[in-house]
Amino acid sequence: MSFSKTFATTGRVLNQLRHDHRTLGLMLVVPCVLVTILRYLFDGELKVFNAIAPMMLGIFPLLMMFLITSITTLRERTTGTLDRLMAGPISKLDFMFGYAIAFSLLGLVQASLVSGVTLGFLGVTVEGGAFRLIVAAVTAAFLGTSLGLFVSAFATSEFQAVELVMPILMPQVLLCGLFVARDHMADWLEKISDFLPLTYSVDAMKQVSNHADWTSDLTHDLLIILGFAIVALVLGSVTIRRRE
Amino acid sequence: MPHTAIQINDLSVVLPDGFHALDGISVDLEQGKIIGFIGPSGAGKTTLMRCLVGRQRITSGSLSIFGMPAGAPALRKMLSYMTQQTSVYTDLTVQENLRYFAAMFGIPRRDNAAAVAKILEAVDLQDKADLMVERLSGGQKQRVSLAIALVGSPKLMVLDEPTVGLDPVLREQLWTLFRHLAAAGTTLIVSSHVMEEAERCDDLLLVRDGKLLAHGEPAELRARTHTKSVEECFLKLVGAHA
Repeated sequence: MSFSKTFATTGRVLNQLRHDHRTLGLMLVVPCVLVTILRYLFDGELKVFNAIAPMMLGIFPLLMMFLITSITTLRERTTGTLDRLMAGPISKLDFMFGYAIAFSLLGLVQASLVSGVTLGFLGVTVEGGAFRLIVAAVTAAFLGTSLGLFVSAFATSEFQAVELVMPILMPQVLLCGLFVARDHMADWLEKISDFLPLTYSVDAMKQVSNHADWTSDLTHDLLIILGFAIVALVLGSVTIRRRE
Repeated sequence: MPHTAIQINDLSVVLPDGFHALDGISVDLEQGKIIGFIGPSGAGKTTLMRCLVGRQRITSGSLSIFGMPAGAPALRKMLSYMTQQTSVYTDLTVQENLRYFAAMFGIPRRDNAAAVAKILEAVDLQDKADLMVERLSGGQKQRVSLAIALVGSPKLMVLDEPTVGLDPVLREQLWTLFRHLAAAGTTLIVSSHVMEEAERCDDLLLVRDGKLLAHGEPAELRARTHTKSVEECFLKLVGAHA
């Protein structure tokens, strides 16, 4: 592994996005708009909105980074650029971490913007402060990227990559505790949700919302998310084969 | 005494679906030559190229390049691979594409710009350096793809149909470039299903159904089969094997 190659890959991925204004707009503006709509949806129940908004900040980056990473890496596989790279002197880890860093940085920008809108403009208050909110959102972005890298191996077209959102992310969104608190679910569903990474992203956001100090649960949540992300990255690097 | 660049010994590749992509190929190839892989599409040319660059798992036999087994990590810096599709980042500029691959070959930042400028000149794309690849024509994209294969001055270039779809003037230019590279000691593997291209190679491998039909210089192959062109030679050999 080489830092210069990893960062060159990060730079290249960010450059590609820089040229693609529409995608950038979708990634940075749309979450802000959505969270604003949510605010007015709960116009009569601002307390509920105050509880939900931070959770959304854990879900957006995961969803978006998952989609965008799975499609961009799939494109590398299908256009032959990955063939070229794998025949050349780049390690798989340079490639994977190059991507992971690029999209985590993008996650940082996204999280800063959305938290700015949520806390500044929409008046949501979180006990733990904006910084922790952003930390939790960036780990979610990192997780989304890693899952996207891994999953792109199972899709043969961009069409399929989008479809994989349904079986892989939707169950996580349903079970993460956003719609129904996890202890109100059927036992077996709650057990399943223990194994889904988004559960911990949403819980991390709850910790930040409700606690003024850095709780041990928050540390625990973040470590679990990072663990999931790293496992996905390692599995992903197994699916990128030098020899096919 | 010519140096052997590539030694292929009884190489076979069976794909996961049971298809015999390559079937017992044995041949030695010399350094500093332009070697043509000629044959109809589906003959196994691409599979053989993928074996050379270490992307294809070999079922049996052996393949060594510069004395190392194909796929050896030390070889990755010494070879380049241009795939059949234009494998370039279309959402980057020409220059950004080249700079990225230059970084992958470990070319230091300060030498990067000079190396890229030199390559752009070789493929005649200087004035397109700052254009997005997606805005270029098919032939220009193809040249960007070839330009990337020149990054890092590889000792072995594996080029899958590098001149397909190019106009005659451009094709002539690229062949001149290939000649220069070969004269400087680069070994070039060029695949084509266009027989007229075959005449320009130093050495030919005629491939069909994963088997090596014939190997030799174009003139030698023509003489051996008493034919006037490589195309006739190929047809005659196919006839003999059918």
